[in-house]
Amino acid sequence: MTEIAAHPVGHHDHGFVKRYLWSTDHKVIAMQYLFTGMLMALIGGFAVYVFRMQLAFPGQSVPLFGRVSAGQYNSLVTMHGTIMIFWVAMPVLLAAFGNFLIPLMLGCDDMVFPKVNRLSYQIFLLSAVVLVASFVVPGGAFGGAWTAYPPLSANAVYNLTRYGATVWVVAVALEFVAFLLGGINFVTTAMNSRAPGMRMFDVPMVVWMIVIASILFMASVGPLLAGAAMLFFDQVLGTGFYDPATGGDPILWQHLFWFFGHPEVYVVLLPAMGIVAEIIPVFSRKKLFGYRTIVYTAIATGVISFFVWAHHQFVAGIDPRMASLFTITTLIISVPIAEMLFVYIATLYGGSITLTTPMLWALSFVAEFLLGGVTGIFLGAAGADIYLHDTYFVLAHFHYTFFPIAIIGAFAGITFWFPKMFGRMMDERLGKIHFWVTIIAFNFIFIPLFMTGAAGDHRRIFDYSGFPDLATPGLQRLRIIATMGLVSLLAVQPVFFFNFIRSMVRGRIAGANPWRANTLEWSAPSPPPHGNFAELPEVYRGPYEYSTEDREEDFWPQHVPDDSPAPAPLASVVGWR
Amino acid sequence: MEVPTGRLAIWWVLASETVVFGGLLGSYIMMRLRHGAWADQAANTNTWAGAFNTLVLLTSSLSAVLAHQAAERADGPKAARLLRYTILGGGVFLVVKAFEWTHEITEGFTITSSLFWSFYYTAAGLHAAHVVAGMVIMFIVSLTAARNEELHRVENIGIYWHFVDVVWIFLFPLLYIAK
Repeated sequence: MTEIAAHPVGHHDHGFVKRYLWSTDHKVIAMQYLFTGMLMALIGGFAVYVFRMQLAFPGQSVPLFGRVSAGQYNSLVTMHGTIMIFWVAMPVLLAAFGNFLIPLMLGCDDMVFPKVNRLSYQIFLLSAVVLVASFVVPGGAFGGAWTAYPPLSANAVYNLTRYGATVWVVAVALEFVAFLLGGINFVTTAMNSRAPGMRMFDVPMVVWMIVIASILFMASVGPLLAGAAMLFFDQVLGTGFYDPATGGDPILWQHLFWFFGHPEVYVVLLPAMGIVAEIIPVFSRKKLFGYRTIVYTAIATGVISFFVWAHHQFVAGIDPRMASLFTITTLIISVPIAEMLFVYIATLYGGSITLTTPMLWALSFVAEFLLGGVTGIFLGAAGADIYLHDTYFVLAHFHYTFFPIAIIGAFAGITFWFPKMFGRMMDERLGKIHFWVTIIAFNFIFIPLFMTGAAGDHRRIFDYSGFPDLATPGLQRLRIIATMGLVSLLAVQPVFFFNFIRSMVRGRIAGANPWRANTLEWSAPSPPPHGNFAELPEVYRGPYEYSTEDREEDFWPQHVPDDSPAPAPLASVVGWR
Repeated sequence: MEVPTGRLAIWWVLASETVVFGGLLGSYIMMRLRHGAWADQAANTNTWAGAFNTLVLLTSSLSAVLAHQAAERADGPKAARLLRYTILGGGVFLVVKAFEWTHEITEGFTITSSLFWSFYYTAAGLHAAHVVAGMVIMFIVSLTAARNEELHRVENIGIYWHFVDVVWIFLFPLLYIAK
């Protein structure tokens, strides 16, 4: 931490609380989001372990938990979904990377509203505490599924978790407020705090993606916040917004929820796409193919994502004419996403590819997300969806999109920027072991579930023994394979945590630019001190000038002036050579 | 051309607020169109009280504009004084609202009476919460403005206050006039 003392801003050592808990430094806040997200991932991961064990071995005592009751099963499923989306994917992809990368990549010293940033994390932390506390309220955590459809969510007679349901609504609403504050900060910073010389199309792709995602979030979450207030009143005061008996409409919630819920997919997808877009050029030593195409495509995706929500409601009794309309928009949105994946593959073409751990994660993102996208075509078409709706096929499709986003994307980002975050390299061998086991195990979970789903296996069933058509040995075998896949996936995660912690204290010193990358964060010391740059950088070119002809070096950092001779090779340890 | 950071952030706040109220009012309008009978419930709202409040709220925006003008001329104390008139306007609005609601509740029209009243109290209540928040923030801004500090905040809180006005301009016809 000598850099801190050496920094001209001259911040004093404030002590632990001031420096790590009450800090307004964007990097500290990023770490707070990252570690909170990882902690929540452990809770979400434990929940899925328990209910998958129940599905594979119904009625038997689950190690570390005991016998699972139907009510507990509902709570665990609900909390797994809620936590993984709102308390893992969002804080890690959007908030942790957004906070860490935006000021560093734009070449400024901090967010434009550091105190709002701190408040954003504090509200987020509060929301996490409130959510976790719902496990111990009478009746247990909310058991009405993460989509919280009324009347199940509105009426304790159905969800059996009167207090858990209300706590859930409050926690989710708080979490949204935290991300609204964070998003406003991100967008404003990106608009107003770029380094001198950095034009709109010199902004690194991940920053574009996080900004577009933040705008999508801001534009879509409002109706759901209003909807959450209505749900809260239905639960607590006994109003009937979603109750047909009083003239209300349960479908209204579905509209409000999915009007947010579908853009939300892209709110988390785009940052992951951006992370991958940063990694692929670095390890192919090639310019990112079609920079502007990606930007326009991402914007198009964002706009179209507001017109696809009812594809979640094909069987909810919506007008069939509306269903065909939403089928068309849904199939259209696969075009820009496919285009982005093709552009990434085009970036790889002819590059000198190095298969480092972050690159492996980035490539597997492309491969696995592709499977998620392709299976989505079946569900986006109303005709096929009527058969597949509420089966494990939907669940497997969903996880083939969200696992690449929230887990693969996050690991890609963490392994890539770890040297910048902590100034040390992660261990490549452990990283690769962790990568391969995770990816193989992941496919072992969800390929069997595609098969059970296509065979008609219904979700939301606690114990199949009461359903002779579904309790066949063949289907049960697939369920057991999926559960074994999950157990292997969870079992290998300690390797990552071990690698993470050991590298933090004992990894090889990384130097400022271990990957020989171009973007501005690599021109700051690792880890960057408070204030980030000794001297705020200026920008002379786009972020992806790799293997430029007539240059000795195969990279050309954004902050290096044109007329100067090629930069001397950085005296950094290059871990992947 | 770069918009000052504070003002830019306020616009983004308003964008996200717009969709909050948009979702609520959109739901209300869709349901209202399906339930003609709500007109009988709406007949019990006090249009004159609503009209008076509209007048009060819009007038309070005038002093917010004048405060902005004073701040532009670097006259902080005057801006602070004018902002406090706006706060007063907000206070009158809330008092009228309190009398209205008390009357309606004693008449038996509570938030659970019917879906119309659920929307009425939820929408007006959410708006009132924004009025209260605006008043608190405006008071804080007036404290710094009185010392001639952070004068750009005067404009920013003014923009927010105009938004609160605009929301009311939608609420008033939807909840009071449409009968």
